[in-house]
Amino acid sequence: MSARARVPWGLLGVLAALSVPFLGSRYYTFVATDVAILALFAVSLNLLLGYTGLVSFGHAAYFGVGAYTTGLLMKKAGVPFVLAFPAAGVLAGLLALVFGFFCVRLTKIYFAMLTLAFAQIVWAICFKWNDLTGGEQGMPEIPYPDLAWLERLPLVGELRTSDHFYLLTVVLVALCFWLLRRVVGSPFGRILTTIRENPERAEFIGVHVRRWELLAFVLAGAFAGLAGGLFGIFNRGVFPDFIYWTKSSEVLIMAILGGMGYFYGPAVGALVLLVLNQQITSYTEYWPFVLGSILIVLLFAFPGGLVGALDAGRRRLLRLGRA
Amino acid sequence: MPDPTFLFAQSLSGLTAAMFLFLIASGLSLIFGVLGVLNFAHGSFYMLGAYVAYQLVQVLGRDPAAFWWAALGAACAIAVLGGLVERLLLRHLYAKDVLYQLLFTYALILVLSDAAKVVWGTGQLSIARPPELAGATRVLGTLVPHYELFVLLLGPAIALGFWLLLHRTRAGRFVRAAALDREMLGALGVNVSRLYTSVFVLGSFLAGLGGALIAPAKAIVPGMDVEIIVEAFIVVVIGGLGSFWGTFLGAVIYGQVLSFGILIFPRFSIFSVFALMAVVLILRPWGLLGRPLKT
Repeated sequence: MSARARVPWGLLGVLAALSVPFLGSRYYTFVATDVAILALFAVSLNLLLGYTGLVSFGHAAYFGVGAYTTGLLMKKAGVPFVLAFPAAGVLAGLLALVFGFFCVRLTKIYFAMLTLAFAQIVWAICFKWNDLTGGEQGMPEIPYPDLAWLERLPLVGELRTSDHFYLLTVVLVALCFWLLRRVVGSPFGRILTTIRENPERAEFIGVHVRRWELLAFVLAGAFAGLAGGLFGIFNRGVFPDFIYWTKSSEVLIMAILGGMGYFYGPAVGALVLLVLNQQITSYTEYWPFVLGSILIVLLFAFPGGLVGALDAGRRRLLRLGRA
Repeated sequence: MPDPTFLFAQSLSGLTAAMFLFLIASGLSLIFGVLGVLNFAHGSFYMLGAYVAYQLVQVLGRDPAAFWWAALGAACAIAVLGGLVERLLLRHLYAKDVLYQLLFTYALILVLSDAAKVVWGTGQLSIARPPELAGATRVLGTLVPHYELFVLLLGPAIALGFWLLLHRTRAGRFVRAAALDREMLGALGVNVSRLYTSVFVLGSFLAGLGGALIAPAKAIVPGMDVEIIVEAFIVVVIGGLGSFWGTFLGAVIYGQVLSFGILIFPRFSIFSVFALMAVVLILRPWGLLGRPLKT
């Protein structure tokens, strides 16, 4: 990993992402915003899935709570984005702390089931609490953050509001990626990997497994909340669908598709899945059928995901080159 | 204090819902108990059972016993489908992580629900009640459709049959043994792989049968697969995954909580069920009547 870090891929990626609005297409900006936000959502999940080995089937709960938090604060209370956005992370993190406290006590499939149960509880509340969340109808018309100062800058001043929001999204997502990258590279990240590989052994060498798992759960929830906060604004509305269990499985699919063994794997998965979705839904309404088929092929043929497959291909080429 | 007739009607409707749920959930629980796979696609099998039964009723037309043949035919068709899925695909994932099995069965939901939309469209379909059960009887002041009474009797009958199969036959003994220790069973010379297929087929049969039997009581619509799987899932978690009587108990509790929850918190009845499930998972992750899993 350290050998490859010489090329500043991260920086190049951010620069490439920032250049999208200058292509001038409303559509490209739309897709790119979607990808950036869901990439953060999927990478946050991977902190549990890939790094700690915990299968959360209810990650959408934190995403949705983040979306409702930012949406409610900005729409109903008129709180500026600077405060409403971090609030999404804080609230989602707190919720993850409460739920996670119970979840980390269970193993494997029971962990997955309890995360799912909690997420469905959150969904049921958001679905029915008409006064606060708008219930089934959701909460439309979330305002954009006030980015008027961008209009006074050269170059970006010409762009649309949605482009401005996209630029903000890219910067914030990049910042989150940087933070998460620091997390998984830290001794804490190594502890998580140890827990994934062998929880009994980790416990044996003095690692308080549950406590670290809980911390990972809270962090993953908080970052999912931040992604949700952005998504509500991007989507111009927050709806209970954000929390339904099928949403949780979508983000799991992104992580698997990209490759959960790699930090940016889930982000690649989000990119591929969303672009594919845009392409295929213009031909046929049967996107779920296509998605299901892709998923089945993936599970059987490329269990390491796309990045895993690319990585294996690259290694084989290197070996051939050496021979 | 609400009047007793109303309470009776309410608990009866909860009980009917419970019997349907038991049909679905028992298959789900059996498959989990033996194969260790949480089959999300179980709801899709149930939905396809309803659609296939609808199709068969159309084909059989005026035959007085059309519905019964259709129900049986649908259950068998779904059993075959389940067998194919297990034999060709699912078995290759047993050695892999739980996640792969979960996502595989989730992928099946996506594929099957769209396939059903292609074949049967997105509109509501329905099957008429079989003529011999078309009427209704007044029980303790409540009008109860005969079909509902039939379901109320059928649930315990199937439970009993299922229990006899598991506890009084040689095959049933193998199934119970496989749930406890599959390696040991294999070492004793039982073909575990074939046993797995049989269990999956049986579970799918029950799902298909459940779908076919609910068709006269409810509309057949896309989306019934996801709806039922969440409910069945709650039932088995409450009762205990893999526990037979647990599933029965879970279904009864679910039905009652849902139908009385509506009275107590009109808007949050669905919430009360999820909350019950979470409490059970926290206190007894293996369910009310389940057994803790070996790791």
